Amino acid sequence: MSLQKQQILNKEIESFDFQSGGEASSNLKNILRKLGVPSQTVRKTAIITYELEMNVVIHSLGGELTALISEEELEIRVDDSGPGIEDLDKAFTAGYSTASNEIREMGFGAGMGLVNVKRYADQIDVKSSKEKGTHVKVIINLTN
Amino acid sequence: MNLKTVKSLLKTETIFEDPGIKVDFEVKNACGADLMSDVLAFSNEKTLLLTGLTNPQVVRTAEMVGIKVIIFVRGKEPQIETISLANQLNIFLYSTDKPLFEACGLLYKNGIGPEEMNYIETSK
Repeated sequence: MSLQKQQILNKEIESFDFQSGGEASSNLKNILRKLGVPSQTVRKTAIITYELEMNVVIHSLGGELTALISEEELEIRVDDSGPGIEDLDKAFTAGYSTASNEIREMGFGAGMGLVNVKRYADQIDVKSSKEKGTHVKVIINLTN
Repeated sequence: MNLKTVKSLLKTETIFEDPGIKVDFEVKNACGADLMSDVLAFSNEKTLLLTGLTNPQVVRTAEMVGIKVIIFVRGKEPQIETISLANQLNIFLYSTDKPLFEACGLLYKNGIGPEEMNYIETSK
C-alpha cells in the first residue's frame, strides 16, 4: 500500500434486494482480511459498511459502495440516487427510523443504523438532498 | 459451555453444520435479538445468536460481527436462501421449539454469560 489511495472495491447496490444486500460489505471484509488489516478494524468496517449498504437497500432507489485504501486510512463512500434523508439530525438520533412495518418485521429499522456508523467511524460526512440523493463518506484510521 | 451442551439444553434440531468443524467448541456469550442493528451494536466474537428472524440477512449480520452459531427459536425454519448463505459462510444453524425468553433463560441459568456491553475498542 502506498500513501496514495487505491480503489479496492466498487459495487452496485440494488434497491430492495434483500437476497444480495450485504454482499458488498462481505466482499470488502474479505479484501481487508487478505490485505492484512487488523481484525478489530475489519469488524468495525464491516459494521459500518453493512449498516450503510442496508440503508441503500431499504431506503433508496439504488446506489453503490466504493472503498479506497492508503497506508494511513480507509475511505468508504456510499452514494445513492435518492430520494434523500428528510431530517439528517433526526437520522442520527438513536431509535429514530422511517422504515415501514414490513422492513421492521425483517429485523431492520431499529433506528440504530447511522448511530452505529458514527460510533465506529473516525470521520463521517453525510450530504443528502432530494435532487442528488445521499452521499456518505467515512474515514477509518489505519495508523493507531 | 461447549456447543454440544447448548444443543442438548435447548433440544435443538440441526439445520446446518460444517462437517469439517467439530461441534465441541466453546460458546462464551449469547445474544437474543430480533433487531439486526442491536446485534451489530453489541455482539462480540464467539457469541451465539438466538433469534426469531429467519431471513438471509440474519446470516449476513452474523458474518459481519463474526458470530458462528445461530439458533432459531419457536421452531422456526429458515428460508432456503438463509441455509444456502450459512453453508457458504460456514455458520452453524439450529432450531429449537423453545421461545426466545426460555431459550435465553436456560442458557443463562446454566452459565452462559450475557454480552458485555463494551463496544469494539476505538481510538476515540
